[in-house]
Amino acid sequence: MDDNVEISVKNLSLWFGKFQALKNISIAIPKNEVTALIGPSGCGKSTFIKTLDRMNDLVDNVRITGEVIYKGRNILDDDTDVVQLRKEIGMVFQKPNPFPKSIYDNVAYGPRVHGIKDRKALNDIVEGSLRKAALWDEVSDRLNESALRLSGGQQQRLCIARLLAVEPNVLLMDEPASALDPIATSKIEDLLYELKREYTIIIVTHNMQQAARVATHTAFFLLGELIEYASTIDLFERPRDKRTEDYVTGKFG
Amino acid sequence: MPVKRREMVPLALLWASGIATLFILIVILAFILANGLPLVNWNFLTAEPSVWGQTGGGIYSTIVATLAVTGVSLAVAGPISVGGAIYLNEYTKENFLRRIIRQAAEILAGIPSIVVGLFGFLFFVIYLAPYTGGWSVLSGGLTLAFMVLPISLRTSEEALKTVPAELREGSLGLGATKWQAITTVVVPTALPGIVTGLILGLGRAIGETAAILLTAGGALNLINSLYDPGRPMTLHLYDVLTEYRDTSTAYGTAAVLIIAILAITFITDWLMNRYTNKLKGL
Repeated sequence: MDDNVEISVKNLSLWFGKFQALKNISIAIPKNEVTALIGPSGCGKSTFIKTLDRMNDLVDNVRITGEVIYKGRNILDDDTDVVQLRKEIGMVFQKPNPFPKSIYDNVAYGPRVHGIKDRKALNDIVEGSLRKAALWDEVSDRLNESALRLSGGQQQRLCIARLLAVEPNVLLMDEPASALDPIATSKIEDLLYELKREYTIIIVTHNMQQAARVATHTAFFLLGELIEYASTIDLFERPRDKRTEDYVTGKFG
Repeated sequence: MPVKRREMVPLALLWASGIATLFILIVILAFILANGLPLVNWNFLTAEPSVWGQTGGGIYSTIVATLAVTGVSLAVAGPISVGGAIYLNEYTKENFLRRIIRQAAEILAGIPSIVVGLFGFLFFVIYLAPYTGGWSVLSGGLTLAFMVLPISLRTSEEALKTVPAELREGSLGLGATKWQAITTVVVPTALPGIVTGLILGLGRAIGETAAILLTAGGALNLINSLYDPGRPMTLHLYDVLTEYRDTSTAYGTAAVLIIAILAITFITDWLMNRYTNKLKGL
């Protein structure tokens, strides 16, 4: 497999009961780049990224066929160590979901469940993760305050910090800025730009300008199908498919 | 906002219903406390009841018996109900079995206490006599556990349901195992509701009489162990009133019961509010 490919998806289909939510998707996600998934609501983009860290396991009545190759293995196999997988492929959700615990305990949560107890080591991880998530300067003097007192944008960066603390390879982001104001959104976007040096990032977004700003590659989903996948510039300026063109020029969506 | 004329009558009726509820509670509390409190003093709480055939005396041994049966019932029903609620809500899907179990809990909660008492009598007092001591606070407490269980199970389940799915996903998404997600995020977040369920069950156990009448034995002596027969406060109230027409001891006992239940309710509310506020960061 190509060294620059982090995750390779082949012929992925997914059904919720009788409803087919993903139709024969094949896509290669490049390493250390930001890949954006765009498309109207209900097109399957969130369902798609939830497949990549097996979060759809939590939903009743799901059937999946096809392959998702990560590190040379099909992660859809029954014998996949889901706990280890989710450590390596982490997710930031649409709505910030900090735990009702202190800022410190939120960031230390992952390392703790993975067995790190040493206070000094935890302190270092918490500070490092908050710095990477560009939140340290705003919270360093109130780490013991409840995370629920932070603003929405800060909460989302905290959730990113919480994820970075478990040292993942891949960050899945499901519309991470959709609940945030423009200033908080631009902070998240700046952060993505920094983070892609170290991480492979897949971001689902409603917002085409956002995709154009942050992503090197963009995939357009429609009704469960992957319509077009190309470099972001090509997809927006020289779409090959009529449906992509209609969507990126705002004719529907 | 001005109220339209034709809306005034129904509004007045609603208001009256609200006030009536409050009024009834106040009347009962005031009546019991006014008649009972003058009797309640240190001596009443710490003295032994008078022997057969005499009125007066304290209620010390009945307080101990109440604590014993309540403690046994919570010790048995608490872990089962909380564990059962966690299992149902976290480990089973919404299916036939789960609906059956939930329905069973509701039916169990609706069985008349005298019928539960009958079962407790046949099963714990008669059949398991070598292990329970026959009539005993252990038999009484085990019987009460059947009544505490459904209340606390349903309340715990509701509390667990209110924990947002995003918190579970957040935890699992960081590579926590399901067990870790439950113990470190789900249960702590649902704790106020779970404790409320246990307190509701506790209130039920403290106040129960019929089931106790058939299982605990009713002896006035101070219990030495859980295998001894005992007479909890509710049963004492019933006995002194029906056997000896000793209304003043009955009022005094009732006052102690009511104060105990009020105190438990308010203290728990206060503690759980503090805990919830801490979770919310207030």
